[in-house]
Amino acid sequence: MDNKSRNLEEEFQARIDAGENIEAKDWMPEKYRKTHIRQISQHAHSEVVGMLPEGNWITRAPSLRRKVALLAKVQDEAGHGLYLYSAAETLGISRDELMEQLNSGKAKYSSIFNYPSLTWADMGAIGWLVDGAAIINQVMLTKTSYGPYARAMVRICKEESFHQRQGYEIMLTLCNGTEAQKAMAQDALNRWWWPSLMMFGPRDEESPHTEQSMKWKIKRKTNDELRQQFIDQTVPQADLLGLTIPDKDLKWNDERGSYDFGPIDWEEFWNVVKGNGLCNRKRLKARNEAWDNGKWVRDAAVAYAEKQAERKVSKAG
Amino acid sequence: MKKEWPIWEIFIRSKNGLEHRHVGSLHAADAEMAIQNARDVYTRRQEGVSVWVVESKHITASNPEKSGELFEPAKDKVYRHPTFYNLPDEVKHM
Amino acid sequence: MEQEKLVNYITILGDNSMILGQRLGELCGHGPELETDIALTNISLDLFGQVRNYFQYAAEVEGKGRTEDDFAMLRLEHEYKNSLLVEQPNTDFAFVIVRQFFYDVFQRLLMKSLINSKNDQLAAIAKKSIKEVEYHFDFSSTWMKRLGDGTGESHERVQHAVNELWRFAMDLFKETETEKWAAEMGLGPDLNELKSEYLKVVKEICDEATIELPQEEVFQYGGKEGRHSEYLGYILTDFQYMQRAYPNMKW
Repeated sequence: MDNKSRNLEEEFQARIDAGENIEAKDWMPEKYRKTHIRQISQHAHSEVVGMLPEGNWITRAPSLRRKVALLAKVQDEAGHGLYLYSAAETLGISRDELMEQLNSGKAKYSSIFNYPSLTWADMGAIGWLVDGAAIINQVMLTKTSYGPYARAMVRICKEESFHQRQGYEIMLTLCNGTEAQKAMAQDALNRWWWPSLMMFGPRDEESPHTEQSMKWKIKRKTNDELRQQFIDQTVPQADLLGLTIPDKDLKWNDERGSYDFGPIDWEEFWNVVKGNGLCNRKRLKARNEAWDNGKWVRDAAVAYAEKQAERKVSKAG
Repeated sequence: MKKEWPIWEIFIRSKNGLEHRHVGSLHAADAEMAIQNARDVYTRRQEGVSVWVVESKHITASNPEKSGELFEPAKDKVYRHPTFYNLPDEVKHM
Repeated sequence: MEQEKLVNYITILGDNSMILGQRLGELCGHGPELETDIALTNISLDLFGQVRNYFQYAAEVEGKGRTEDDFAMLRLEHEYKNSLLVEQPNTDFAFVIVRQFFYDVFQRLLMKSLINSKNDQLAAIAKKSIKEVEYHFDFSSTWMKRLGDGTGESHERVQHAVNELWRFAMDLFKETETEKWAAEMGLGPDLNELKSEYLKVVKEICDEATIELPQEEVFQYGGKEGRHSEYLGYILTDFQYMQRAYPNMKW
C-alpha cells in the first residue's frame, strides 16, 4: 500500500470513528465497498425470499382481517427488499446483477426462510420471533456508517413496527382460543425457536467478519450480544402467552441478569446455509421462476418506453 | 435484449405547504411508471400528496473531494447569522 | 324478502372483488419486478377492503348475527356470485393484466353509477372505492398499452390473453333477477346501459395497445347465478380451508 492510499484509509477510519456517515460518492476502501454490497444485498435477498414462506398463507388466511394484514406485511417486505437493493446500487452494482447472484445461488440470504411454514400459527411465530430477531439487528443498523444503508434501515424500522405486533397478536389469539389452536401455537414455537436464535449468526469466536464490521460500524454489537438480547426480551413474552420455550436448559441467571440457554445445533445451521434445508431449493426455484417469467414483461416495458420517447421526438421535430 | 429499467429518484411532498423531499429510489421503464411505482412504493402510509420523479442519470452531484472548497469557506462567515449582532434585550420585534 | 334481495345484491358486488383479490393474492412474491409486485398487492388490498365493507354491511342487513367472514368463507360453491372472468387463473402476466383491465373498466362504470344509489351505504362504499378503481384502471390500461405495443412477444401474449378472456367479459353484464330488481329500486344501474360505454372504452385502449378484440365470440355466462368454471372450487379450497378445518373459532 502506498502512502497516499494509506493516508486515505486512515482519514476514512477517522471519519467513521468520529461518527460521520459515509455517502455514496465519498472515497472508500474497496473492501468497505465490497463488504457493504455483500451485506446489503444479503439483507435485500432475505426480504425478498422472506416473502415466500408467508406468501404461502395469503390465500389461506383464516379471516379477511388477517388476510389484508398479511398481504400488507408481505408487501412491505417487497418494499424493504427494494429499499435495500437501491442502497446496494449506490455502490455500483445493478439490480439485475444482484438478482442474478440470488437466483444462481451465489448470494446468501437469511437461512430461516428455508424452513417451511406449515400452519397458520407459523404466521404468528414468524412475525413474533423472526421479525423480532430481525428488528434487533435492524435497529442497530439504523446507526450504521454507510448513509444509504442507514437511511433504508430507518425507513424499514418505521414500517416494521407493525409486523412483530401482528405476529404476536396472532399468537395471542391462538393461545386464548381452543385447545387445537393453542397446540398449533406451541408447535409453531417449537419449530421456529431454534432457527430464530440462529438468525444472529455463528458464535462470536466463529464469526470471521465481526471484528472488521465493528471497526467500520456496520455492526455495533456482536452476534452473541444480540442473541442474548433477543432471548431476554422474548422469554417473558412466551410466558405471557402461556407457551413453553423448547429449551430445557433455559434458566434465569441472577448473576448475569440474563437467561442461560442450551446449546444451539450449529451443524443444522451450517447444513441449511449450505443449501440443504427443507426449502432451499423450493425458494430458489420460486425466485428464478418469478424472474424468468417476468423477463418478457420487463423487456416489453423498456421497448414501449423507447417507442414512446421516439414518438415524442418525431412529434417535436 | 437485456435492458434494465433505469433508476429514478423519488421526491415526495408530505403535505401542501412543505417542500418535496428525497425519499429514495426505484426502478421504472418510463416516467409514468415511475410515478405509479412511487405512489405504490413510497406513499402506502399516506406519506404524500405530490410526487416528483427524476431519472437518476439526470442528477449532477457535487464532487465530495471538492466539499472542502465548496462548503468550508462559509464556516467563518458568522456575520450572516443574527446571533452575530449584539443588541440590548429591550429592543423588541427584531 | 326485500332484505334478502338486498343481501343477494351486495353479495354479487362483494364476490367479484373478493375472487379477483384472491387471485392477485396468489401472485404476491412472484411478480415480474419488485415494483410491480407491490402494485398488484396494492390492488388486491383495495379489493379486499371493498369486500369487507360489503360483507359487513350484508351481515348488518341480514341481522342474523353472521360476520363478514361467514359471508366471505362459509358458503357453498354455487352460492358465490362472482362473474366467470375474475376466477380465471394467473396463466401469465398478460392474463393478469387483461383480466384486470376487463374488470377495471366495468367496475369503474359500476362505481360511478353506484355513487348515485338510493341506498346510502352502497353509495358511500362506491364513493370510497371509485378512487381506488380509477387508479386500477390507470394501472391496467397503461400496462395493456405497454405490453400490446411493447415487443413482439409481449404483443402476442396479450393478444392471446385477450382471445382467451374476452368470452368471459360479458358475464359481467348478464343481468340476474337480483340486479334487475336493484335497478328497478334505484339501488344500482341497469347493466345494459353501461355496456355500450364499456365496449367503447375497451375498444379505445385496445386500439392504442394495437390489440384486436375477437370479432365473433361465443360468450360464457352463469357466474353471477352460481354456475362457475372448474377453477372456483380450487380457489375456495384455499380460501375456506381454515374456516372449514377449524370451524367456529376466532382468529
